[in-house]
Amino acid sequence: MTTFLAAQTPGLTHWIVLSGVLFAIGVYGLLTRRNAIGVLMSIELMLNSAALNFVVFNHFRAPAGVDGQIMAIFVIAVAAAEAVIAMAIFVAIYRRRGTLDVTSMDALKD
Amino acid sequence: MEHGFVIAHAWLIPALPLVSFALVGLFIRPLSARWAGIVATSSIGLAAALAYTLAWEYWTLFPAGQHAESLVPWSMEWLRYKEGLVVNIGVLVDPISIVLMVVVTTVSGLVHLYSIGYMHGETGYGRYFTYLNLFTFSMLGLVVAPNIVQMYVCWELVGVSSFLLIGFYYDRPSAVAASKKAFIVTRFADLGFMVGVLVLGYWGYGLFETVAPALATEPGALPLQPFDFRYLNSPEFLAAFGSIPAFFGLSLLSVAMLLVYTGAAGKSAMFPLHIWLPDAMEGPTPVSALIHAATMVVAGVYLTARLFPAFAASEDALLAVAYIGGFTSLFAAVIALTQDDIKRVLAFSTLSQLGYMMMALGVSQMAESLGYTASMFHLFTHAFFKALLFLGAGAVIHAVHTNDIWQMGGLARKMPITHLTFLVATLAISGIWPFAGFFSKDEILAAALHGHFTVLFYVALFVAGLTAFYMFRIYFVTFWGAHRAHGAEHAHEAPLVMTLPLMILGVLSAVAGFVPFGQYVHMGEHVEHGGIDFAVALPATLAALAGIGLSAFFYATASERAAKAARFFGRAYRVVKQKFYVDELYLFVTKQIIFHLIARPIAWFDRHVVDGGVNLSGWSIRTLGSESSRLQTGQVQTYGLWFAGGSVVLLFLIWAVHV
Repeated sequence: MTTFLAAQTPGLTHWIVLSGVLFAIGVYGLLTRRNAIGVLMSIELMLNSAALNFVVFNHFRAPAGVDGQIMAIFVIAVAAAEAVIAMAIFVAIYRRRGTLDVTSMDALKD
Repeated sequence: MEHGFVIAHAWLIPALPLVSFALVGLFIRPLSARWAGIVATSSIGLAAALAYTLAWEYWTLFPAGQHAESLVPWSMEWLRYKEGLVVNIGVLVDPISIVLMVVVTTVSGLVHLYSIGYMHGETGYGRYFTYLNLFTFSMLGLVVAPNIVQMYVCWELVGVSSFLLIGFYYDRPSAVAASKKAFIVTRFADLGFMVGVLVLGYWGYGLFETVAPALATEPGALPLQPFDFRYLNSPEFLAAFGSIPAFFGLSLLSVAMLLVYTGAAGKSAMFPLHIWLPDAMEGPTPVSALIHAATMVVAGVYLTARLFPAFAASEDALLAVAYIGGFTSLFAAVIALTQDDIKRVLAFSTLSQLGYMMMALGVSQMAESLGYTASMFHLFTHAFFKALLFLGAGAVIHAVHTNDIWQMGGLARKMPITHLTFLVATLAISGIWPFAGFFSKDEILAAALHGHFTVLFYVALFVAGLTAFYMFRIYFVTFWGAHRAHGAEHAHEAPLVMTLPLMILGVLSAVAGFVPFGQYVHMGEHVEHGGIDFAVALPATLAALAGIGLSAFFYATASERAAKAARFFGRAYRVVKQKFYVDELYLFVTKQIIFHLIARPIAWFDRHVVDGGVNLSGWSIRTLGSESSRLQTGQVQTYGLWFAGGSVVLLFLIWAVHV
């Protein structure tokens, strides 16, 4: 098994499948988690799957360039900024309401 | 041509009442009721003076017995639809418009004067004079109209003033009902008039290019227009228009003239559109004298006379005019025999006399136009004696506070002036020499006889007898015998402001017949009918005397003869007393047939189908909105699920399309 794995170098398809699985897990978590932090983590998963796509396509389709890698770094930076803002909002909500249950956060309806 | 001052300024005659209407209605009425009456009356008096001067100047210009031209001394452009289709307003001066101006201003002025006394102390005194002025303006505008559109507009205006004045006592339900009835019936008839105007206008405009160049234009006047009477009455137009066939063997000209005649019949209350006139007596009595006896109701006769060449060119229409007129005169005279309300008897008598006038127009022709002259002559004399009868009746009603002749009696000694003038008018309408009615009725009968309308001649002769009978019936019952009720015992003569108009009209009713009317008013060349035609005058006088004698036999002394006669006729008497159930027939047709069978289903369809459709679309959109608003839960994860699912479906669709 180990030798089999060592002998096989993962190709483009493998990486895309991995990325798709990560994205699907992220979507599932986004739609089902009730805790806001869980939802945020699911979003991070989806962002990372997208960043992985950038790197993979850069590596297999245009090895000479670095555009995909730069985009991945951008995505990571944006995700970090987003996490900071989201966590700040969550802290504020928690102080005010004592819960982070997203199903109770429907004030925008009115 | 240089006209005299008044002819050149004839527009002043209708303008004076208009100015006074605005002044009285807007400024004087709120300040002083007394001055409202004085200003309104004096403006009409001034207009009357102008009308007399106008007549004087006109017949100096065209002396009696000669060809009289119609002049349009003033006109201006009013509505311009396009080049060649312009409606003017203006003033037409010709013999019949002058006769009508004289009659309208005279009677209106006297009625204004009389009303100062009659309406004294009534609420709405200023409003009353405002309406009277409005009416006088509208009627004069109608009379001087040089084209059919101006006539139609003023025609509706007199209808409105009549409506306002019948409903003057608007807190009385019967007056309100009567005013609505009058308005609806005449308006219904005016629908025919309007369609007739449109037919005339459409074809008049269509034929204008080919016909009009043959007509001479007057120097200084505005160019001839398709709606002008001068064009519509021209033989060239009538020849071209009369040759167009329509349907059922009638020419298009006949159809148009019959439609116009519908309007005339509505306004002049010809059978079967007469039902509004007896009810119109709910208005104040001077209004009945002015509008519903002397002036407005003759507007239909005037319209027929104004378009007489067109009617004459269409023989069918003229025959309808003759026979409807003759029938109405008989029908109304028979009803008048049985009525107990003094004003209603006079109203039916008006109907009967209007029928006479229409019949006289109907039996004449362009070549033999004695009836045309006779009709205008009768219009002229009838205005005076019928206004006098109404004003006399008003004085009586004012004194005894009832309309029922059986509550009166013995008023001859209490009210000598009213009695004497009423007697003059009664003799005049009965056609006794030398009073006015004798001469004009004589000409109408002569016209019917010479036009070879033998049946109509005998009908008219019979009606003359009936007229004498029913008029002397109310005369005897009202003024002779003993007092029958409390009110009649304490009656006293009216004040001078009311008796003065009575005396003036009494003199006019007595002498108006001596006017050599045929010398002044004739169609085309001068009609020779001087003096009295004894072949006609003798039977007519005999018929009138027989009527008077019979009336004296039944009513001059208190007796049971009348009641016995009524019992003798039994059912026939009751049918006549109920006015042949024409009102009931109308009610049956409108309520049972039109309301139940037509209006109700249409109302149902409107409420349930038309409104239902509109409501359904509103309801469905509202329901859709309220139902779909449930989708907005506020749950971001639900939205996300929809979004994700939707994306998947969309991607699937794109894939499915592309593969």
